[in-house]
Amino acid sequence: MSGNAALGEAAVLSGCTCYFGYPITPQNELTEYMAKRMGELGRVFIQSESEIAAINMVLGASVAGARAMTSSSSPGMSLKQEGISYLAADELPAVVVDMVRGGPGMGNISPAQSDYLQATRGGGHGDYKTIVLAPGSVQELTEVVPLAFDLADQYRNPVIILGDGMLGQMMEPVSFENIKPPKEYPKDYILTGAKGRPARMVRSLLFDTKEEEEHNWKLVRKYQRMEQNEVRYETFMADDAEMIVVAYGIGARIVRGAIKRLRQENMKVGMLRPITAWPFPAAPLQELANTVHDFFVFEMSAGQMIEDVKLALAGKGRIHFYGRPGGVIPTPVELYRIIGRHYYMAARRKQQ
Amino acid sequence: MKKVYTRPKTLKEAHFHYCPGCGHGIINRLLMEVVDEMDLREKAICVAPAGCGMLLYNYFDIDTLESAHGRGAAVATGIKRVRPENLVFSYQGDGDLAAIGTAEGFHAANRGEPISVIFVNNGVYGMTGGQMAPTTLTDQVTTTTPLGRDPILAGHPVKICEVFAMLDGTVYLERVTVNNPAAVLKAKKAIKKAFQCQLDGKGFSLVEILSPCPTNWKMGPVEACRWIDEVMTKQFPLGVVKEVS
Ligand SMILES: Cc1ncc(C[n+]2csc(CCOP(=O)(O)OP(=O)(O)O)c2C)c(N)n1
Ligand code: SF4
Ligand SMILES: [Mg+2]
Repeated sequence: MSGNAALGEAAVLSGCTCYFGYPITPQNELTEYMAKRMGELGRVFIQSESEIAAINMVLGASVAGARAMTSSSSPGMSLKQEGISYLAADELPAVVVDMVRGGPGMGNISPAQSDYLQATRGGGHGDYKTIVLAPGSVQELTEVVPLAFDLADQYRNPVIILGDGMLGQMMEPVSFENIKPPKEYPKDYILTGAKGRPARMVRSLLFDTKEEEEHNWKLVRKYQRMEQNEVRYETFMADDAEMIVVAYGIGARIVRGAIKRLRQENMKVGMLRPITAWPFPAAPLQELANTVHDFFVFEMSAGQMIEDVKLALAGKGRIHFYGRPGGVIPTPVELYRIIGRHYYMAARRKQQ
Repeated sequence: MKKVYTRPKTLKEAHFHYCPGCGHGIINRLLMEVVDEMDLREKAICVAPAGCGMLLYNYFDIDTLESAHGRGAAVATGIKRVRPENLVFSYQGDGDLAAIGTAEGFHAANRGEPISVIFVNNGVYGMTGGQMAPTTLTDQVTTTTPLGRDPILAGHPVKICEVFAMLDGTVYLERVTVNNPAAVLKAKKAIKKAFQCQLDGKGFSLVEILSPCPTNWKMGPVEACRWIDEVMTKQFPLGVVKEVS
């Protein structure tokens, strides 16, 4: 099954009852899958007039109590930022999928990781954050989908699934067995018509600056809870490593192949792979820095996640970097050569 | 003594923040009168705009969401698809619906979403201080058309009802005003009809209300009401623009 279709089926099984989307490559298979499946199930599907409309339909469906999702790719994600900011401000759950492609501007339709900062820094206006899940395989994609819906409901906040064109379009066997029936969450904020209760209002306009400040601090406390509880990551051959590669998503997959080769030549290279790009696994990285001096950041961008690595290491150790922006996908052999060279030089530096 | 007027039950006892002579206050009251008379308090969900009407949730005792500027029809679409049994309406100004939110309004109309749009046309951007709106009349002076709106440079007044009438999804479109007691009653009837269309599941309904903004028109309230009759209705004729039975 393609990553995009698997994502769609996982959403269906996770109790997504509303999907809104606007065509953009490389995520069209998801929109098309949802058109078919949601139709069959009598759930809501709308091909919207724009990404702006789609995210606002999501907002409407969410405030009405539904599990709602939209998906897009980079240029479309830029248009969704306004709505994501409102979802965060209104404290409404939603799942937003971004299958990143090369940019800026129209860019191209090749897989890229150049929207990391947009995804992890809020992306729209105002002081807000979204949880960002960055799966590295089609199977993991299906696993983060129910998680995304649960986290969105639990924190009443939008959750971003950050993939890329390759993850969306590659075919892999998947199992949906571990997706449990959706949990029920208290929905005492939704709009249903004020039947036998006081009317509710959902808004983000707070003219009184003190009120707005309080609202902001309340959101910040929520984001702090996310930072404490929702960090997810995986390590690979990190136990005895003398160099740790930090990479995520499809980039981490290429790194994995490179590390296997490096290990064959006794180069002790391991990996830390953030699964949550936000909250970023800073603490585990700091912990590794107690024994490891050299960190190697690889991204399919000109260097975005490296900012988080720098923040996490806070001057400890040495950070190496290799990036391929513009939708270029390096091969494991290419990465093996580059990482190997850095590893060799680092070892020489240590001897001197 | 006979009581001839009373505050609608669903209109909260708060002071309107609107300027003296503003149409928004009248329209807010009319909407809650209709909600009362049609017994819709427990069914209604309102989507408020960015614009002078944005604080209407301080006055409406019904479930309300405040949307981003112009996105009301898309948000209302999302709500209505999840809760088809509810009465869902958006309240939108002319900048909101006819400029920044044209795409969302147009396509909700085209899909025939069974929602109702209360479209307040006051010919200016009231909230931001009286700039040109898409509905600003030809030659009308605003803060961004200091010499009057020149169609060659700034285009023509947008006629939402007439444009939406071309779309197969729309079932009821009427333009009314609230500048005198008889007009107010007509406006109320139009709102009722729009809501009834929705309750009957017919499709998209919209009531455009020519609404005085004395502050930004730089007129007294009485003069503003007269200007609607003498000038505004010449470019925005009143009446039913479309009704599908
Ligand atoms: C994206 C965005 N752009 C601009 C604004 C500023 N803004 C708030 S209300 C408004 C125009 C309101 O005009 P209209 O819709 O005609 O409503 P009125 O106040 O006249 O009733 C504008 C431009 C905003 N809130 N959001
Ligand atoms: S600025 Fe105009 S539309 Fe806004 S409250 Fe005042 S009179 Fe009404
Ligand atoms: Mg206006």
